[in-house]
Amino acid sequence: MAKIKMPKGTPTIDMTPMVDLAFLLVTFFMLAANFRSNEPVDVNIPSSIGDEEVPEKTLILVTVDKGGRLFFNVAGDSTVRRSVISQMATKYKAPLSNAQFKEYLKITSIGCSMAELPAYLSTDGEGRKNFKTLGIPADSTNNQLKDWINYANLAMLQYGKDAYLKAKDEAKPNEVVKPEDFKPKFVLKVEGQAEYVRAKMAIETFRDLNLNNLHFVTSLENKQ
Amino acid sequence: MAQIVENGGGDSGKGKKRPKKSSTHVDMTPMVDLAFLLLTFFVLTSTFSKPKVMSLVYPAKDVPESTEKPVVKNAITFLITKDRVFYYKGELNPAGGPKTELIETDFGPQGVRKLLAKENEYVIREKLKLDGQLTRKEIVDSVAKKKLIEAQKTPQALKVLVKTDLKALCANFIDLIDELYIANIGMIAPVDIMKDEQALIDAKIK
Repeated sequence: MAKIKMPKGTPTIDMTPMVDLAFLLVTFFMLAANFRSNEPVDVNIPSSIGDEEVPEKTLILVTVDKGGRLFFNVAGDSTVRRSVISQMATKYKAPLSNAQFKEYLKITSIGCSMAELPAYLSTDGEGRKNFKTLGIPADSTNNQLKDWINYANLAMLQYGKDAYLKAKDEAKPNEVVKPEDFKPKFVLKVEGQAEYVRAKMAIETFRDLNLNNLHFVTSLENKQ
Repeated sequence: MAQIVENGGGDSGKGKKRPKKSSTHVDMTPMVDLAFLLLTFFVLTSTFSKPKVMSLVYPAKDVPESTEKPVVKNAITFLITKDRVFYYKGELNPAGGPKTELIETDFGPQGVRKLLAKENEYVIREKLKLDGQLTRKEIVDSVAKKKLIEAQKTPQALKVLVKTDLKALCANFIDLIDELYIANIGMIAPVDIMKDEQALIDAKIK
């Protein structure tokens, strides 16, 4: 009877297919990823059937967190952000150093009053999440949110006009350049469990500025 | 480890010495480690579903109030409080009519959706007609959109007022607006609550 030969030494596994697969997945995720932006608050957004895209370049965003605090962000070209922060700093006489100024251009939403802003900008990302603040004041006696929105709107309109004309000049003959794409869009990101009255403060501020077409950030739900 | 090339023990003692065969195996373990590390990183940091936005036009503020009372015909007013929603049809306490009673509803399939489907039947039927024409390619997309907006402005179309009290949550409000969009309602007005309405809600909650 033939003896069964036992293989000598350790068995070897060919790992090449696994490596192939792993790198395929890595490549896929690298290309498909759009990174979560580093917002100072996390909010759970409600769902709706709304299917418009969130604009990336022409976004004026007010976030309402669970405690009803307001956060403000203007996304877009750095010239817009620079103009907004310098106008705000001048109006509220906020002593911003050059480093703090640059820091503002880097981050996304801010959520503090102008008096707290220098300290807010000096802390790092994690510190900002735990920064003790009541958010941007938006009551009738001290409506800083209104100034933020107003300056952002004006700066973005100005920038959008130039960008539109430029895009129109450079457009190919069969390309349609819509002026709407260059106008600011006013977006509210509300936490589902926040009280509506708090969101209403932001909404009323927009309406005071005669900006009535608002958008709510929602996650997409299927139309039934 | 996975790829250890064994050559120990065999050389000694047996006559002829062969030149060592150099192994072509490469230890891939560190590379796999790295690949999976990167994979985990990208899986955790990426977000796939881009959030969408839902547009809502609020009534303009500075319009001087017209002296004549707006005709509230074919309208429903929704009153939202914390996790509960009420509605009444037409005017509040109409002259010569019975006093307004609030009716409670919910966001389930038998609640708001059924109510709106019934009340806004005209527009929904128009929408179905347009959808049919669209699939048969009798009209183009932009025409269908325009016609739907026209249908939403006809007197038969339902108008909806949305009022929230102090305890309402944002999720309640957005759920309702979402239902209104599902029911193809063109005229949505989020407005301030009146004292009488607040009193009616308070009476209902108790």
